[in-house]
Amino acid sequence: MNPPNERIDTKHAQYLAVLRKEQRIIRLWQTVLLVAFFAVWEAASRFHWVDPLLFSSPSAIAKLFVEKMSDHSLFAHTWATLLETLLGFFIGTAGGALIGALLWWFPRLAKTLDPYLVIFNAMPKVALGPILIVALGPGFTSIIAMGVVISIIITTIVVYSAFKEVDPNYLKVLRTFGATRYQCFKEAVLPASFPAIISTLKVNVGLAWVGVITGEFLVSKQGLGYLIIYGFQVFNFTLVLMSLLIVALLSTVMYQLVALIEKKWGNRR
Amino acid sequence: MFLVVDRLSHTYLTKTTAVTALDDVSLSVEKGEFVSFLGPSGCGKTTLLSIIAGLIEPTEGAVHIEGQPLWPSGTAAPVARRAVGYMLQQDYLFPWKTIEENILLGLKITNTLTADTKERALALLAEIGLAGVESYYPRQLSGGMRQRAALVRTLATDPKLLLLDEPFSALDQQTKLRLEELVWNTLRQYEKTAVLVTHDIEEAIAMSDRIFLFSPRPGRLVRTFVIPDELRCRPPLAARQHPSFPALFQSIWKEMEALESAQ
Ligand SMILES: Nc1ncnc2c1ncn2[C@@H]1O[C@H](COP(=O)(O)OP(=O)(O)OP(=O)(O)O)[C@@H](O)[C@H]1O
Ligand SMILES: [Mg+2]
Repeated sequence: MNPPNERIDTKHAQYLAVLRKEQRIIRLWQTVLLVAFFAVWEAASRFHWVDPLLFSSPSAIAKLFVEKMSDHSLFAHTWATLLETLLGFFIGTAGGALIGALLWWFPRLAKTLDPYLVIFNAMPKVALGPILIVALGPGFTSIIAMGVVISIIITTIVVYSAFKEVDPNYLKVLRTFGATRYQCFKEAVLPASFPAIISTLKVNVGLAWVGVITGEFLVSKQGLGYLIIYGFQVFNFTLVLMSLLIVALLSTVMYQLVALIEKKWGNRR
Repeated sequence: MFLVVDRLSHTYLTKTTAVTALDDVSLSVEKGEFVSFLGPSGCGKTTLLSIIAGLIEPTEGAVHIEGQPLWPSGTAAPVARRAVGYMLQQDYLFPWKTIEENILLGLKITNTLTADTKERALALLAEIGLAGVESYYPRQLSGGMRQRAALVRTLATDPKLLLLDEPFSALDQQTKLRLEELVWNTLRQYEKTAVLVTHDIEEAIAMSDRIFLFSPRPGRLVRTFVIPDELRCRPPLAARQHPSFPALFQSIWKEMEALESAQ
């Protein structure tokens, strides 16, 4: 290795070290913020700066968590909500992408359905809740349906407009080889829209949780949404806040998984 | 005659206007010939290429390739269309595919991807000076390299007729001259018939056997220049340095100026 290269290598190593240091500082502050938040919360509750009945405290929540874990009830509630959310998320996303593809395939269908999509998208979907419960029964199915309804239309719209915006010159290249419509879709339209599809995944993680928690509010049988509404009714805010923390944790994990998918397949351009 | 364009007219219809892009264009190209379509922006060059490639159906007239009509889309049409390779104004390599996947795209689409054709395409890639970039993505290549890869993609399906739509216009001068040389040699070697669209007079003279000059609005064929033998048989760089090059440039330049003032 000759001297100039060595110099560049050490410069690069220094640069990386600076980056790593910056990263460590950020991580440190993030941890400090988290610990401080819980510490202040605990103190505020202990010394009655806030009403402990309304705002509970981290220690009370931890105690309740251990209690609920030992009688296995919490696990069942969490599992029910998670399953509903995952199903709502997958069905909503896949369904929306599928409808988006159909609209691309049949332009006349797209033009016909356009105003209805606008209406559906503008409507607050949670307002459909009572109707879903009447139609599908007060249970698992209608809660999943809430998760689906809330995410499917926006997915359809985003995916369809991504399909439409694909540079027509890519299609021109394919058509010079005599490609069929299916080949055009598979080789250009779908891969070119991949970033847009990933970004709807991210949005849908949030939407599926909104739909499912709202569904559980309405059905009131099982799940973290049920625990929240139940805790509210019996004035047990420790239960409400514990459920909320679990929801926050799970949705973050789900979001991070999607981000991982994006990192792996999303940035090949 | 290899390619015959017969009294071709094309009008683009939109909601608000009808734009006549081509008006009564007739020409023919012999097998193995290299011709250029020269003309200012908007004179219908891309439209004409798209029609010859079978991508749009003309309002009037016909195109025959080796005696087979391209339109109406009858039984003979697909065969005639498959004989055509089209290179767009930009490379349009697919950014989510590797270079290898990109150059094999045509073979895949036409269902002719075999070990044999694949090997040929990869050999062509190496021949054109791009050995070793098979697993790269297009963004990792320079503009000139990408345009070369696009040429390989077009040649991989072994088309009999090559349509080149200003393939060098987005490149810097040096890369452009090198690529002209490369394309000229490659097409000679494989005895391809080619149509080059350009608005660069020098490029048209250096590359082609004949030049068709078009006028804009509506696109009409106004003159055909036959390039003298001493320029034709020389590769582009050598042709540019030949003593008879400036005179020909002058006469085409004058013709284009006259067109402009007639507008
Ligand atoms: N899809 C289209 N719809 C309507 N008009 C079009 C369309 N494509 C081209 N035109 C019009 O037809 C005329 C010829 O266009 P064309 O693209 O064939 O010109 P060109 O010679 O290739 O120009 P350039 O040198 O800029 O590429 C122009 O007036 C253009 O506005
Ligand atoms: Mg053009």
